[in-house]
Amino acid sequence: MNAIEILFWLLSALAIISAMMVLLSKNPVHSVLWLIAVFFAISGHYILLNAQFLAIVNIIVYAGAIMVLFLFVIMLMNLNKESEPKRNFWRILIGIISGGSLLMILVSLIRQATEINNKNALMESGNIGLIKTLGKLLFSDYVVPFEISSVLFLSAMVGAVVIGKKE
Amino acid sequence: MTLFAIDWLLFIEKLSLIIIIIFASLGIALYMTYGERKIAAALQDRPGPNRAGPFGLFQPFADGLKLIMKEEIIPNHSNKALFILGPALAMTAALMTCAVVPWGDKVVLFGRTIALQIADINVGILYVFGVVSLGVYGIMIGGWASNNKFSLLAALRGASQAISYELAMGLSLIALLMLTGTLQLGEIVKQQQAPGHLWNIAYQPLGFLIFLVTAFAECNRTPFDLPEAENELNMGFHQEYSSMKLGFYLFSEYINMFISSVIMATLFFGGYDVPFLDESTLTPNIAAIVGIVALLIKVVCFIFFFMWVRWTIPRFRYDQLMNLGWKKLIPLALANMLITGAVILWLHK
Repeated sequence: MNAIEILFWLLSALAIISAMMVLLSKNPVHSVLWLIAVFFAISGHYILLNAQFLAIVNIIVYAGAIMVLFLFVIMLMNLNKESEPKRNFWRILIGIISGGSLLMILVSLIRQATEINNKNALMESGNIGLIKTLGKLLFSDYVVPFEISSVLFLSAMVGAVVIGKKE
Repeated sequence: MTLFAIDWLLFIEKLSLIIIIIFASLGIALYMTYGERKIAAALQDRPGPNRAGPFGLFQPFADGLKLIMKEEIIPNHSNKALFILGPALAMTAALMTCAVVPWGDKVVLFGRTIALQIADINVGILYVFGVVSLGVYGIMIGGWASNNKFSLLAALRGASQAISYELAMGLSLIALLMLTGTLQLGEIVKQQQAPGHLWNIAYQPLGFLIFLVTAFAECNRTPFDLPEAENELNMGFHQEYSSMKLGFYLFSEYINMFISSVIMATLFFGGYDVPFLDESTLTPNIAAIVGIVALLIKVVCFIFFFMWVRWTIPRFRYDQLMNLGWKKLIPLALANMLITGAVILWLHK
């Protein structure tokens, strides 16, 4: 086991445990905090793949901005035991069956996918994720989708301002 | 020396560097509390702390001891786990930025060349920005977990203030990035050190001004200390806190102030560069020591400025704060960005 492998297993364990805790914790504020832990673990994986830009943007956008807004909303809502929907036996059973079948489909898909079979991830090498390469690629090969998505963002911003202005 | 195929020497080198930097930051923050009280006293024409030790120099230790000795109170209706997590997060987020700051060039110890920077990562500035955006969690979680309406209100105020001023801060940094063409902090300092190149403040005066104002807001310092406005919110988000947990919140504010001074010195004032001195003529170890001292002198000037402003300017009202952030600083930062881009394009032709 070298350092990369140790880190990989640690981060994977952290990601999976935190993801489980998002679902298992009763308190929605705890769920949000576990979700932030998941984002950190995933950012750690990006760093192992030498995608530093992706890792740090993941933290700035998800952990630093979106999750703060989630926390805002949850903290201001008056969540307590009475407002929680009641769970009965049939509902739990249906949930287990549908979730389990989705898991089975996903696992079988990944096992059969020819694109990822017998291929290793490039650990700690490759410069595709570095900011210089990424920027050049975005403004040459992918300039049209990039600009279209910026228009999408602009329209979302205008929409937010319009909603905010409405009296 | 390899076990688990880890380079243990590198590991020990980095670990000792981390320990030294963290303890140095804590020590500096400790004496910043003393500095603040002395400066406040000087501005208000009174002697300030002068009982513990010569010139009151042991006052910070007395204060620290007092905080540790106080009774630890966790309110019954609070969320206990998060109540403890809040100050811990505030402290962690405050200390995390140290990792990418270049404190000096290089030293040669025991035949090893050691860079005085924990990690010169490719995305240094973005890392600083990411850690800044995590700083809100300490305030929000602590304020919410206290289960007190004043605390919650103060936490929401603090979070919305931090988010609003992050935007202007990011935009002012983009203009700087256009100039440097790199995100690595070590590289940015080296560029400013190069002969014939002025410090970045000469090229980005407006960007620096915006960054300075937003840094005040991000550190929750007066005139933007609305999350702890005593006359409106009793004591702010840490009202329910006592003992060392309160100490962590108060202390993290000083560490934040120290770190943002370091970042400002690094980005705009040449970092460890000494003006009118060619460092390559000195031996590496002496050059490194001179560099660290130069950086610390710049930092002390900024810290003094932080304190000077605190005891001079009264607090903003909340709507004034929001107006300044959204309607003045962000358009100003955008204009700065456009002008910088236009000038760079024009000069390249």
